[in-house]
Amino acid sequence: MKQLVQKLTETFSPSGYENDIREVIRKEIKPFADEIRVDALGNLVARKGSRSKSGLRIMLAGHMDEIGLMATHVDTNGFIRFTGLGGIRMTMLTGSRVRFMDGTPGVIGTDRLTDMTKAPSLEQCFIDVGASSLKDCPVKVGDVCAFDRPFVDLGNRLIAKSMDDRIGCAVMIEAMRTLKASPHELYFVFTTQEEVGLRGATTSAFGVDPDLGLSLDVTATGDTPKGSRMEVGLGKGPAIKIKDGGMLADPRIVKWMVRTAEKGKIPCQREILEGGTTDARAMQVARAGVPAGCLSVPTRYVHSPSEMVDTADVENSVKLLVALLSASVNL
Amino acid sequence: MPRIGIAQLKLLEKLCNATAVSGDEGEVRKIVLEELRGHSGEIRVDTLGNVLVTCPGSGRNRLKVMVTAHMDEIGFMLVADEGEGLFRFEMVGGIDVRQLPGKAVLVGKEHQPGVIGARPIHLTTPEERKQKIPLDTLRIDVGPGESKVNPGDRAVFATRFQRNGQVIIAKALDDRLGVVTLLELVKNAPSNIDLLAAFTVQEEIGARGAKVAAYALNPQLAIAVDATPAHDLPTWDDEENVFYNTKLGLGPAIYVGDSDTLSDPRLVRHLSKTARAAAIPCQVRQPTGGGTDAGTIHKARSGVPSVSVSVPHRYSHTAVSLALLDDWKNTLTLLDTALRHLPAGFLATGRA
Repeated sequence: MKQLVQKLTETFSPSGYENDIREVIRKEIKPFADEIRVDALGNLVARKGSRSKSGLRIMLAGHMDEIGLMATHVDTNGFIRFTGLGGIRMTMLTGSRVRFMDGTPGVIGTDRLTDMTKAPSLEQCFIDVGASSLKDCPVKVGDVCAFDRPFVDLGNRLIAKSMDDRIGCAVMIEAMRTLKASPHELYFVFTTQEEVGLRGATTSAFGVDPDLGLSLDVTATGDTPKGSRMEVGLGKGPAIKIKDGGMLADPRIVKWMVRTAEKGKIPCQREILEGGTTDARAMQVARAGVPAGCLSVPTRYVHSPSEMVDTADVENSVKLLVALLSASVNL
Repeated sequence: MPRIGIAQLKLLEKLCNATAVSGDEGEVRKIVLEELRGHSGEIRVDTLGNVLVTCPGSGRNRLKVMVTAHMDEIGFMLVADEGEGLFRFEMVGGIDVRQLPGKAVLVGKEHQPGVIGARPIHLTTPEERKQKIPLDTLRIDVGPGESKVNPGDRAVFATRFQRNGQVIIAKALDDRLGVVTLLELVKNAPSNIDLLAAFTVQEEIGARGAKVAAYALNPQLAIAVDATPAHDLPTWDDEENVFYNTKLGLGPAIYVGDSDTLSDPRLVRHLSKTARAAAIPCQVRQPTGGGTDAGTIHKARSGVPSVSVSVPHRYSHTAVSLALLDDWKNTLTLLDTALRHLPAGFLATGRA
C-alpha cells in the first residue's frame, strides 16, 4: 500500500489538469472494476458490482486533483508571476519547488521584502525556472504546476505532497482490491477540481445519481504543538465526519459508520472540522438530495508540500470502508 | 459569412443605448427577438427570461454546442423614496462606489433622466474632499416635481454610444458586444454542429440565467462570449505591468481560468490553434478573478466542457468603456472559424 501511496503522490495533477493521475489510477483499478468511464469534466467513474435486492447505489468520491499554481505573466527577464489553484498557504511558498506539466522544474522567489515578519503576498512571489528572457522561458501564461517534494516513509508515518487527497484515492483503490462481495452497486468516483470548489463531484454526483454518498478525504488534526483546538489526532483511527465548514453529515450515516467500526473493532474517531469541506457537500445537494457522509484520514500540515498521515490510520480506513460496503445498509 | 459592418454597428449602438439591468432585461430581449424574426429554428423565452435559440446543423454526428452572451448589464435599483425626487439606491453587479458621484443616470423603463448627486466643491471642506463618499450617503436625484419612478425601478448610467473609426465608446459594451456577436453567429449558423444560442439574463449577479439555460439546452460543449477589462495603461514608474495584462488591439482574449471556471484545455487548444492557422490575432486572458456564464454552465447536469472568449475593453463596469472595432471583428471571426472547424470526434480527443 505504501508503494501505491508513493506512486499516487509523486504524480503531478493540479485542479483541471488531472490527465496524468487519472491514467495512473485507471491502470490500478482496471482489474477490479466492471465498467470504467470518464465524464465531461474528467471524473474517473468506476462501477463495481450490481445492486441486489437489499442493495443501494453508493457513490464514493475521492478527489484526484491537488492544489497548484497557474502562470499569469512571464516578464521580459523570464520570471513567472502566478495565481493559485485551490487554497494556497502564503507561508508555504517561499523556497518551494514546483514542477510544470511538461516537467519544467522551478523555484519560488519573492520581491525584496521590507517586512520579514509577514508572509509575502501572492503578488510579491514569482517562479524562477532558470530562464533569462521571455523568449527562452518554456512556460507560457496559463500553464500550471504543482508543488514538488519527495515521498518519505517514516515507518509508522508517511510524508508527501498531495496526500490531500491521493490518500483518499489510495484507500478507495485498496478497498476495490480487497472487497470480496457487496450487495450494492458501487461507484468509485475519482473526482476532478475539488480544490477549486467541488466542481467534479457536483457533475459526477448528478451523473451517478446515487442513493448514498461517501467522500474519502483528509481532515486536519489538533495534535501538534500549539495547534488548532480539534479532537482528531494521528494514529487514533479513521475519522468519521459529523460536520465541517460546508456540510452536516447525515446523522444516520454517522451512526452507521460508528456502529460498523465498533462491530469490526476498528479504531475510529469523531470529526468536527471547523473550516473546509469535501466532495460530500456536493453529493448531498445533488439532484433531489442524497444522504451523505465522509470518511477522513487524519492528516497534519494539510495544503503544505509535506502532508503527514499515520500508516495504521490508512490501513484502518481501508478496513472500515470495506466493512461499510460489505453489508446491506439500513439507514 | 457573419461580419461586423454598418448594420451590426447600428445594432450595437441601439443595444448599448437600451437599458437592461440584471433581472430587468426586457428592453434588450425585445431587440434580440426582433432581430431573430424569420429565424427557422426554435426560439423560446424561458422562465427566467433567457432567449434560447436552436440552429440545427445538417451533418452527421453533430456536436451540441451552447454559445452564450448575456443581455444584462450592471446598474442600480432604487430602494426607497425619500421625497423631492430623491431616491436611495443599491448597486446591481460589481461597481466601484468611487465611480458614482456626479454621474448622469436614466431611471425606469421610460428612461427618466436623473443624477447621482454629490455636494459641489462650494459646499465641502478640504478635509471632506479627501474622503471617499460612501454609498449610503449617495442618492439618485430625478429632481422635484412630477415623476414616474418608483422604488424597485432600475437605473443605468446615461451614456450615449459613440464611435470614432476604430474606437467604440459606450456603456454596457459588457456584454452587448457579445449579444451582437451571437446574433451574427445565429444568422449565419455553421452546419457542422447544432448551435444552441442562449442570450442570458442575470450574468452580472452570478450567471443565474446561464445556469438554467444550460440545464434546459443540455449541451456537450459551451462557449461564453463576453467582454473583459483591458489593462494596458502605462504604469507610473514605467515598470512592466505584470498584473492583469490583457490589452486592447491584441484580439479576442481566450480564458484559461478565472474565479469560477477552469476552461477545458481541449477548447483552449482548439481556439488557439484555429487562431494560428487562420492568422487571427488573439491573446490569453491573464488567469485571475472574474467570471462568465461558463461558471455555471460547466457544472450543469453531468458537466459541460466550457471556455470563454472576451472582447477586451477599457474601464469595464464603469459609466463608459472603450473597445476597438478590430478586436470585436476578430472575436467574431475566431468564434465562427473555430465552430466551423470543430470535428465531430472532438470530445474523444485527449483531455488534460
